[in-house]
Amino acid sequence: MTGRWPVAIWLAFLLVCIGLISRSHFTADLSAFLPGAPTQEQKLLIDQLKSGAASRLILVGIEGADAATRARASQALARRLRADGQFLYVANGENVGVEQDRRILFDNRYLLSSAVTPARFTTEGLHASLQDSIEQLASATGMFTKALLPRDPTGEFMHILDRLGGDNQPADIDGAWASRDGSRALLLVRTRAEGSDTDSQERAVDAIRQDFALAQGSLGTAASGLHLGMTGPGVFSVEARATIKREVTRLSILSTLFIVALLFTVYRSPTALVLGLLPVVSGALAGVAAVSLGFGTVHGVTLGFGTALIGEAVDYSIYLLMQSERSGEVGGASSRGWVAAFWPTIRIGVFTSVFGFASLLFSGFPGLAQLGLYSIAGLLTAAAVTRFVLPHLLPAGLRIRDVTAFGIALQGWTARARVLRWPVLGLFIAACAVLYGARGHLWNTELSALSPVPAQEQALDMTMRADLGAPDVRYLLVVDGTDAESALEASERVADRLRPLVEAGVIGGFQSPARYLPSEASQRARLASLPADAELRRRFDAAIVGLPVRAARFEPFFADVAAARNRPLLQRKGIEGSSLAQGVDALLVEIDGRWNALMPLEAPTAGGTLDAGRVRAALAGVDPGAVHFIDMKGESDRLYAGYLREAILLSLAGLAAIVGLLFAVTRSPGRVFRIVAPLAVAVAVVSAGLALTGHSLTILHLVGMLLIFAVGSNYALFFDGVDGRGEIAPRTLASLAVATSTTVAGFGLLGFSSVPVLNAIGMTVGPGAVLALLFSAILARRTEAAAS
Amino acid sequence: MSRSKTFLHLAFILTLSGPCQSTWAANWSLDQLMSALAHGGNGMATFTERKYLAVVDIPVDSSGELRFIAPDRLEKRTLKPSVETMVLDGNTLTIERRNQKHVLQLQDYPGIAGMIGSIRATLAGDRKGLEQVYQLKLNGSAEHWSLLLKPRDASVGRVVKQIQIEGRQDEVRSVEIEQGDGDRSVMTIRKAGSS
Repeated sequence: MTGRWPVAIWLAFLLVCIGLISRSHFTADLSAFLPGAPTQEQKLLIDQLKSGAASRLILVGIEGADAATRARASQALARRLRADGQFLYVANGENVGVEQDRRILFDNRYLLSSAVTPARFTTEGLHASLQDSIEQLASATGMFTKALLPRDPTGEFMHILDRLGGDNQPADIDGAWASRDGSRALLLVRTRAEGSDTDSQERAVDAIRQDFALAQGSLGTAASGLHLGMTGPGVFSVEARATIKREVTRLSILSTLFIVALLFTVYRSPTALVLGLLPVVSGALAGVAAVSLGFGTVHGVTLGFGTALIGEAVDYSIYLLMQSERSGEVGGASSRGWVAAFWPTIRIGVFTSVFGFASLLFSGFPGLAQLGLYSIAGLLTAAAVTRFVLPHLLPAGLRIRDVTAFGIALQGWTARARVLRWPVLGLFIAACAVLYGARGHLWNTELSALSPVPAQEQALDMTMRADLGAPDVRYLLVVDGTDAESALEASERVADRLRPLVEAGVIGGFQSPARYLPSEASQRARLASLPADAELRRRFDAAIVGLPVRAARFEPFFADVAAARNRPLLQRKGIEGSSLAQGVDALLVEIDGRWNALMPLEAPTAGGTLDAGRVRAALAGVDPGAVHFIDMKGESDRLYAGYLREAILLSLAGLAAIVGLLFAVTRSPGRVFRIVAPLAVAVAVVSAGLALTGHSLTILHLVGMLLIFAVGSNYALFFDGVDGRGEIAPRTLASLAVATSTTVAGFGLLGFSSVPVLNAIGMTVGPGAVLALLFSAILARRTEAAAS
Repeated sequence: MSRSKTFLHLAFILTLSGPCQSTWAANWSLDQLMSALAHGGNGMATFTERKYLAVVDIPVDSSGELRFIAPDRLEKRTLKPSVETMVLDGNTLTIERRNQKHVLQLQDYPGIAGMIGSIRATLAGDRKGLEQVYQLKLNGSAEHWSLLLKPRDASVGRVVKQIQIEGRQDEVRSVEIEQGDGDRSVMTIRKAGSS
């Protein structure tokens, strides 16, 4: 039998696909949104998003019960987390490790204090700093500095504290950090794992949850009302992945159930139902396998989108089963008749869809390229299986329900639908007017529009960040070096240029790893500023002339300076476990064998913007090529704007390809117009609807519009008629109604997804497919009337 | 981050606690004084302060303004020899000097809390607050009273030996603090507008 070969090839193909899928890697992280071929600035941005210090932060809030219980829970939780190696740093306002910090700072004050210069240890310099220290004794600060004066008369320790101390300290209630309104205890946790390592982040998040439950249990009934909240990049990745997983499962179950129920209602034959689903299952497997081969990893969003495509891919078998039915029987001779009568039309439909999706393949946005490849592979496979395999599998005598009566009823409605031609034109004009009116704010140009993090969580993150004084870093200088020392030295040269900008109010402030660990060059220079003992004593004696102090009281100072001159330089291993180490580790990072010093810049006003031009001008000539200024938000928005621009071009190219294909096949501008016009009206009406309901359009809505063309063209082609006569048989009409229902169900369900990427496509394609069918029916009647 | 706070905390860590007890004064009663002070409400005053410190040979002087806003905000703005603002609001102590701001929690610095807190509690007429930390002894008359505060706990005594507050009616005129290390400060207060 001739049917054996296609079936055998098909089965082998399925086995290969299953083999590929079983070895695929699935992900749900940021990677779908990050460019495949980044610029230098984008690469730095991506490094930060994936592995930067900020990416490892977890903000923890404890709510409920009373303030004292929250504080105790915070302390109990912090104690457990500090014992867990997954966490580099746990801060909640408790004085942990302060003894060690203080000793390191005090013992190394002549290496760490940027005020240590040769001038500071001249007679004049000593006189000035002593006078200042004595003045301080008179003020409130003196309460703290009095005891240190004999050892540190130049005030280096206080100078270091001033430099390290921030203004934005969280409020402290009952010994633990709390939100400003006092309703929430706060902890700041930094994980050892990178933010992009979602598996490790998930383990960290789980560990915090478990430790919180244990801490809560240890506090008795008073703590039963407490609950935990967490935000941060890692937490968001973990939640996004869980959401995508959950929704993909839910959506695929729902759309499968819906389609199965619909098809069973129509076919009334379990055999037909199972056979009808074979092309879809084959297509889905081929799609996943193709993406896995082409991209290495399959993104969860692609799978989610795949569930919608089930509704589109099932169309082909619907056409086969419903249209080929003659004398109440499908299979055998009747399916050969179907191939002759309908396959050319369906083939054009498949190719218009494929052309539409093909434009996505060229997108620099990996998420879109995956969707494109998945759809092409899936649809081609589904169509090929329907055409070449399914007819061989249909048993002789397979009967499905006769839908002719339904088709005739539909035919009657379509005939009457003609009167709606003018209202549709009016609707089109109104939609265009709406779109024209909204043209200024139609598109959302921020990458965050695609963020899978719910707005409520983002708001909580913002609140906790503000309360913790850990604002989201927007402006960042990245200083590149071949090793840690060269990066530190370059960051010190940059800092010299930044200080005047702080004074001029161009920037609010900046951070630098050298503040925690100065370069060895700086440390050597500072040590060289310290005079030998005899010389120091001589200058000190001269310096205190006119000041109310006696040199004899400052023996501890002379001893400390003499000891400092012989101290080894401070190195990273010398500060292990201290908060200095945390500071330097967060800001000095090794990436691919090179070292980056990160210098976050603060805007002059909180949450404001800074004058990038002046910062760049101030840095001109400092280590050219090694210092990069990044506006993280600006850069990511530029990235997204680039995607959007590209997607518009690609969509237009896809549209042009579809129109070109239709023209090549029909050789009739009039027919092409009749096929495309209803689709254009559908796109305009859907876009206007989205604009009117307050949605700002993202790149995914745009893709949805392209899909309305790619999917809707199939229906329009049938209405236009196989050979342009515009005559449509009742059974064909019924099959179209069923096919559209499955497509609408598939995409429409996506519209209920909470993942913005999926939601946007669903909200566009779901209504769009219905409208494409309706408008095709309404507008097609005229051509039939004209033709007959 | 709050490094400066925590370092300071450790540098000058002190502890404070103790049982409660009260002592009664003669003729002009403690209740009368506290009630008068409590009704004094908000106030603005100038101060001069002289500190006698072992580390320097001569006394160091400072002066500025004091402002009390009931019930628990005390602002001490030093104008000479250099500008510094210290604000005690609730339990939060903020010290601002040359664009450097330090925010501290009072409970982390019981010794300093004892010194600054005693002034605030006196201005507020907060007898209960005072008695938690000190034994109170009142002498003199309404026209010239003298309130002696002695720490209840020995560990506080190492930092604050005693505080003597003098005044007239509901007005605090001077605060003298003797510290555990022998250093001493005398703050003279003049209500704004009065002579």
